[in-house]
Amino acid sequence: MKSFTVSKAVTALVLAGLVLLPLYSQLSGNIFILTLFTRIIILALAAASLNLIMGFGGMMSFGHAAYLGIGGYAVGMLAQEGVGSGFIQFPVALAASAMYALVIGALSLRTRGVYFIMITLAFAQMAYYVASGLARYGGDDGLTVYKRSDFSGLIDLSNRTQFYYLCLACLLGVVFLIWRIVNSRFGLVVQGLRSNEQRMQAIGFPAKRYQLVCFVISGTMCGLAGALLANNTDFVSPAVMYWTRSGDLMVMVILGGMGTLFGPIMGAVVFLLLEEFLSQITEYWALIMGPLLLLIVLFGRGGIMGMLGRAGRG
Amino acid sequence: MLLVVEQFLNGLQFGLLLFLLAAGLTLVFGIMDLVNLAHGSLYMMGAYFAATFAAWTGSFLLGALLALGATLVLGIVLEMSALRHLYGRDHLDHVLATFGLILFFNEAVRLIWGPAGLALPLPAWLTVPVPILPGIHYPAYRLAIIIVALLVALLLYLGVMRTRIGMLIRAGASNREMIGALGINIKLLYTLVFGLGAALAGLAGLMQAPILTVQIGMGENILILAFVIIVIGGIGSIRGAFLAAIFVGMIDTLGRAFLPNLLRQVLSGAAASTAAPALSSMLIYLLMAIVLVVRPEGLFPANRR
Repeated sequence: MKSFTVSKAVTALVLAGLVLLPLYSQLSGNIFILTLFTRIIILALAAASLNLIMGFGGMMSFGHAAYLGIGGYAVGMLAQEGVGSGFIQFPVALAASAMYALVIGALSLRTRGVYFIMITLAFAQMAYYVASGLARYGGDDGLTVYKRSDFSGLIDLSNRTQFYYLCLACLLGVVFLIWRIVNSRFGLVVQGLRSNEQRMQAIGFPAKRYQLVCFVISGTMCGLAGALLANNTDFVSPAVMYWTRSGDLMVMVILGGMGTLFGPIMGAVVFLLLEEFLSQITEYWALIMGPLLLLIVLFGRGGIMGMLGRAGRG
Repeated sequence: MLLVVEQFLNGLQFGLLLFLLAAGLTLVFGIMDLVNLAHGSLYMMGAYFAATFAAWTGSFLLGALLALGATLVLGIVLEMSALRHLYGRDHLDHVLATFGLILFFNEAVRLIWGPAGLALPLPAWLTVPVPILPGIHYPAYRLAIIIVALLVALLLYLGVMRTRIGMLIRAGASNREMIGALGINIKLLYTLVFGLGAALAGLAGLMQAPILTVQIGMGENILILAFVIIVIGGIGSIRGAFLAAIFVGMIDTLGRAFLPNLLRQVLSGAAASTAAPALSSMLIYLLMAIVLVVRPEGLFPANRR
């Protein structure tokens, strides 16, 4: 029981910190930290969506960054074409991500294991090249979003604090949704499929259909993160979908603790703060980050949540 | 006609180069069950080593040979220091750990060689065009790549199918406990296989280096192509990798060369010139999707264990 409380206490602490952060930023006048954490929260949202299929569903997608790009491009392209309303941009971003997930998922789920990893990676890379070829929307150089999504007075995305809270609300909403999904009958079937697909099929569950629905839900959530990210940076480029970004998301999930509800948030916070911290020490931060990943894989079983659990027990 | 033959040979050359990369990847996966994303880094290191050694020695061939040896050693060191501990772990662990290695290699290269790319100039005797058919000339260097890669493919085939080491490698792939119980030093065998894979990647990198610039991240795009090839050909199958590599190399090269013109005849000029680059870079992924729909295990799956 005690192990439970340690990880729960830390989670609560982190969440409270995230809620109170704008206050600190206001008092200290440190605007940078608010911008940094807006980005962290958006990527935590993406990581949480990846965790739904990877941690709970056992589908190791190495192409999750594609949705970040699709959601982002939906916002950027509509803005470019003069459609500035967020009420149109966001639903389009979500629908486009869902469509992509449906097609990619239907194809990729014909395979499993390493094939699945490689195929999702290859499709995401395809999306990357397609975006690079969009000459009308900036091609390789990317697309500047001159005006953030307009929610007609409901919420102002150009206001840092309001935007921050919007992102945080989206993150918490998605985590809540994942919690509901995981504990629903649907979620239990998906988790059952992760443990033993053949057995689940033998009981009579159409395995692929369940997995595909889960894959689409996850992709749609990540599309939301993409739409927010484009608004955050006022810019979207093919680089958002580059495969190293998919790798980053995977690292966040593993680092935080795969298959735990709040693990991805922890992972995103720690990973991105570490990246920020190391890049301030040295230009060659990846020289430290790379071997660190190796060590985490070799010795850090269960990620941060796992370690907190062990610390509570020990 | 000239263009068709030339692009055809370019496709063959690119495909063979992809084969060298994919062969190492599929060998390591088939035998050690290790997913090695850092394979592209070894390709990059091969190119950097070659550019450096060629500049030191002043000889392209000597530089290439030294680079080949250096990637072999690098592969062996990498296997013994890090990757050995990953055998038998989850594939996801492999992906993450080797992803970390990519970050490390890219950054190490930036630190040592700087962010700007290097060039590997060809010696004069490799730059002359060679007549291959009456009236058709082809660059000697690209021809040399085709010949070397075909030779390596042949040696690899003979080595794996006809020698004692090859027999052990195949035995290790199908049952590692049994071959260990029979008194074979499986650790050493794995290290050798990994070194061989690394050397193949290095060879691909150093041969590609004079055609493209030697730069950071050069291994990553081609690594993903190698993945596509393995998926199409069937994981663990060298024969599948060979055929799929040629196929992908051809489709990619011919698509890039001729698709814009083909599209221009169907679509208006502006639409064609926007659609063509995107479509031609999508071609091989479409191919992969089709293969997956028809044969999810790849075209030539290795024998089931």
